[in-house]
Amino acid sequence: MGETLSTGMSQFVIFIQENPVFCILAFVTILSALYVVTLRNIFHCALFLILALFGVAGIYVMLNAEFLAAVQVLIYVGAISVLIIFAIMLTSRLATKQISQTNEQAAVAIFVCAGFLMATLGSMAYSVWRVSRNTLPENNVLALGKSLMTDFALPFEVVSAVLLAAMIGAIVLAGREES
Amino acid sequence: MMMAYLALAAILFSIGMFGVLTRRNAVGILMSLELMFNAVNINLVTFNKFVAPEVLTGQIFAVFVVVVAAAEAVVGLAIVLLLYRNWQGIDIDKINIMKW
Repeated sequence: MGETLSTGMSQFVIFIQENPVFCILAFVTILSALYVVTLRNIFHCALFLILALFGVAGIYVMLNAEFLAAVQVLIYVGAISVLIIFAIMLTSRLATKQISQTNEQAAVAIFVCAGFLMATLGSMAYSVWRVSRNTLPENNVLALGKSLMTDFALPFEVVSAVLLAAMIGAIVLAGREES
Repeated sequence: MMMAYLALAAILFSIGMFGVLTRRNAVGILMSLELMFNAVNINLVTFNKFVAPEVLTGQIFAVFVVVVAAAEAVVGLAIVLLLYRNWQGIDIDKINIMKW
């Protein structure tokens, strides 16, 4: 038992030495994600969310998804985070108070989430993936744009209609005058 | 290497799930939801790179997930603002008019 633990630890150390960039990105992402869900000041949570999203953008770069990394920085870091910070400032009465931000089910939630994580990791360890020998096309962004305009043209148009509907819905909801 | 990405996504998803289950603040719940979306996107891109690199379907799906997440954030935050205006607070535990 102790021997398998030590070999596991040495494998882990070798993995860290071989993939230092991935380990740093994963560490930053997971740590700031933990801060997002546990900190009391909701404004600090939003700032750590930005850090976590940057970490995920780095992970996309490591996975050869450059376009997605750019989209992540532009949309998540640039737009959604600003939107969330605006919402926090507009509803600041709850944010600044040092009241408990979590409900009384935290212990049960930890249990449920840890169980979910264990089940996922366990099933992952025992599954066999059909890992392909091929690699992604060299010019990734070009191929992505081509298939968005040909094979996925209909979903592309539908998603723009979804965005328009969301925009109109937000204006109607938030811009309503007090009667 | 693929396992490491999948494990990272699983950990991120669990953290987001914990946030959704425990947060009282509606904006906090939305932020945890964004974490979960990101975990799902990491999974999609990982499978695209390691299992099916001939087509870029995973990355395209991830782009659509990002767009729908943006729409969700916009509508969700508008609802949060409306709740704040009508209830003077966004404590999810107190907002139960849709509960019968």
